Amino acid sequence: MAETHGSQATPHRPPPSRRTLLRLLAIGVLAAVIGIVFGLLIPWFPPAAATQAHTIDTLYYVLIIATVPIFVLVTTVVLFSGWRWRMRPGEERLDGPPIHGSTQLEVIWTALPSALIAALVVYAAIVLADIGAKQPNELKIGVTGQQFEWTFSYPTYHDAAGKPIVAYQLYLPINRPVVFEIHSVDVIHTFWVPAFRIQEDAVPGLTTSFRATPDRLGTYQVICNQLCGYGHSTMRTTLHIISASAFSSWLTDHGYSAGAQTTSIQRKPAPGGVATEIADGWTGYAPLPKAQTTTKEGTQ
Amino acid sequence: MIARLRRPGLHRGILAIPLGIGFAYAIVLPIRAASHYHPVLDGTAILQVAMIAAPFAFLIGLGAFDYWFYWASGRPSRPEDHSGHGARSWKDYFRVNTDHKVIGVQYVVHSFLYFLIGGLFAMLMRVQLAQPGGKFVDANTYNGLFSVHATVLIFLFVIPVFAGLANFVLPLMIGAPDMAFPRLNALSFWLLPIAGLMLLGSFFAPGGSFASGWTAYAPLSTTAPIGQVFFTLGVQFAGASSIATALNFLVTIITMRAPGMSFFRMPLLVWANFSTSLLVVIATPFIAASQFFVLLDRALGFNFFNAGSGGDVLMYQHVFWFYSHPAVYIMMLPGFGIISEVIAVKARKPIFGYRMMAFSLLAIVILGFTVWAHHMFTSGMPGWLRDPMMITTAIIAVPTGVKIFSWLATLWRGVLHMDTPMLWAMGFITMFTLGGISGVMLAMVPFDLHVSKTYFIVAHIHYVLFGGSVFTIFAGVYYWFPKMTGRMYDERLGKWHFWTTLVFFNATFAPMHLIGIQGMPRRVADYSSQFATWNLIISIASWGLGLSTLIFIYNMVVSWRGGPRAVANPWRGLTLEWQVSSPPPIFNFDSLPTIVGGPYEYGVPGAVHAVFRDGADVPAPATTRAMVTQE
Repeated sequence: MAETHGSQATPHRPPPSRRTLLRLLAIGVLAAVIGIVFGLLIPWFPPAAATQAHTIDTLYYVLIIATVPIFVLVTTVVLFSGWRWRMRPGEERLDGPPIHGSTQLEVIWTALPSALIAALVVYAAIVLADIGAKQPNELKIGVTGQQFEWTFSYPTYHDAAGKPIVAYQLYLPINRPVVFEIHSVDVIHTFWVPAFRIQEDAVPGLTTSFRATPDRLGTYQVICNQLCGYGHSTMRTTLHIISASAFSSWLTDHGYSAGAQTTSIQRKPAPGGVATEIADGWTGYAPLPKAQTTTKEGTQ
Repeated sequence: MIARLRRPGLHRGILAIPLGIGFAYAIVLPIRAASHYHPVLDGTAILQVAMIAAPFAFLIGLGAFDYWFYWASGRPSRPEDHSGHGARSWKDYFRVNTDHKVIGVQYVVHSFLYFLIGGLFAMLMRVQLAQPGGKFVDANTYNGLFSVHATVLIFLFVIPVFAGLANFVLPLMIGAPDMAFPRLNALSFWLLPIAGLMLLGSFFAPGGSFASGWTAYAPLSTTAPIGQVFFTLGVQFAGASSIATALNFLVTIITMRAPGMSFFRMPLLVWANFSTSLLVVIATPFIAASQFFVLLDRALGFNFFNAGSGGDVLMYQHVFWFYSHPAVYIMMLPGFGIISEVIAVKARKPIFGYRMMAFSLLAIVILGFTVWAHHMFTSGMPGWLRDPMMITTAIIAVPTGVKIFSWLATLWRGVLHMDTPMLWAMGFITMFTLGGISGVMLAMVPFDLHVSKTYFIVAHIHYVLFGGSVFTIFAGVYYWFPKMTGRMYDERLGKWHFWTTLVFFNATFAPMHLIGIQGMPRRVADYSSQFATWNLIISIASWGLGLSTLIFIYNMVVSWRGGPRAVANPWRGLTLEWQVSSPPPIFNFDSLPTIVGGPYEYGVPGAVHAVFRDGADVPAPATTRAMVTQE
């Protein structure tokens, strides 16, 4: 470290001894370990009910392991400085050593965080591609938000009249990949399933989407997560993940008729995409030409 | 009597407001009659025009435009000879004054008024949320409370209080007699009460206050009751104030530095405000545009955001966040400047890596414009935008990290004066690091897919804006209190204020990370009972946090009235504002300072930042030199 002492040999405080530094390091490492253990033990997440959820949870725990030491480093230095370097009686006129910087240190604390961040970004990008990957045999579900309720449609399953099954609670068979196509009829809503760890906005004029593969039986919350008016906090419904056979009987109970002819889906390009009752059963904006580009990208 | 009423001032401004409203009627009634609408029955058209006309009438009445009117009409104008400088009694703070020191105090006091109001709203929200099924207010009022809470604290507290502190100390720091445009400076301040009253006044609008959050996403905002317009227009006045001040800072910093003050001899507070002003002048027009779009949609049916008529809903978010992400740095960079000043002086050491500190500010300015869509990861925007925005967002942590590590290195081996400003500065470093870490987590798109718009976000922004910005504001207010008021504050109360705030701040916001990840959405008036325990703890802690502010207010009021007199340089600082009396003389410097060295040469024997021309006034910075002479 470049250090210029005045000719008067001012009585600056000496640098901490090797022993003090080692002790400080030991305390820091111990605190970081304790912090990480706590970070991993805290029951952060609600139950995970999709394969994607496990991947995202793992990402979070990796983030905990990577970032707790940084917080511990900063806090340890601040606390140590406050204790070791605090002004003591008689030192009212004392100054610190005039150290103006150190290129070596500055390179280190630019390069190391950059490397850490680069690694995390690459990992997160891989996770992102992974959770959005197209799966074989996907079940398509239409999700429509409106103030203040959700409607779900099953365009692959039709009733005797040829209309898709429609439900106000979401029923999904376990272990079958699902792709949600999300619409809104009024303002922006967010279709969020905390058990899947994924949400996507329902935007007027757009079709948005994400994928999930349910892998745990049970009932879970579906939450609107975008402020959508005075009833926003009540815009909830329930997700039921059920076995494949229970799903079949649920479909039958809701009028599924295996032999029914599919009515052709007439997405009338209504003038300007005004809300229309679309033949496949759910109310939605007829997608505007612009919206289709987004549909293709979807949740990557 | 008539002559008194005609004189510019607050009373003339208030008298002019009915004229503005009358003007609105005069414009709207004939147009509505001509278009075969009932001219009077529907008040919304008149209200919207009046909300533009009345503030301008107020400003004209106040005298904010007198000079330009005199000049335009060819009458003899009164040149700015600084004769109106200084405040001789408290009443002078309620007049249009062109003295940057008076304006600075006006800004700071006015901002803290809104700090209390915004904080009170938060406490009311926490009453509603103390238990699930809260019946304290209805859902619409609750949505209004958090919308006004955020808007007021962003546009009328954090942004202007930094502008106020800088207004006071920045011209002093660079050795200037005033800001470059003193009249514009006064106008900038007087736009703020208009914005503030408009935002608060929305509670009296039919249908309640604006309730679409401070983000005012379309189409919720374009279809909301008339209270929304109070946000749409209020933000315009706050934004105009912000832009005018930023221009003023830029010109002041570029053209009015004392001889010898090169850019790399400027204190880092000046660098920070230079960077912030760049952000403000480039970014703020975007929020103005976004709100004009909303206004035109609402008032004249432009359908910018009406998907049914070919509008594009996501465009609002892109334009809005192109301002509102840089706004986060507008609310943080001046705080970085304050912390650099406080830490260098209180640790008695030069800032470690001064040039890197300046360059990292500029890096944040540039990167700040490349990350806006990270607020939109789940918005349905094109999927390809996610990866680039994740990368830029993560990169911005690097220059921020450089600043944190440089402050730590400045503390190392210093002689730490652990008084109130220093406690806030050290508290800031740790709390802001937490906010930065959760920010890096949120940059990781897959994690954001889960926690976006949850209480995790609420926790993150409060660690950044409260643990970050507000801590720096407190550091700055305590640090310059002696300079601004000529009095010393009570050190013991200051420390109490710090420790109570630190404890209750963490008790309030740390649990929000957890309940957010567990699945509690933000902006809800009610929640599922699984979050009941934590919410009760948070509500209790938030009241503690609110009450801890009373210690601060008491300390400030009592110390300003009767605290011990402050000497010119109580902290033995080297920068120029400490080389003049406390409070500074009306014209700042009796003789022009010449800058001969860096601003932070603590511990360098005989180092001087500035000398004064007449030689009589050579500052006694009491660095090592003073120490040596004593021994």
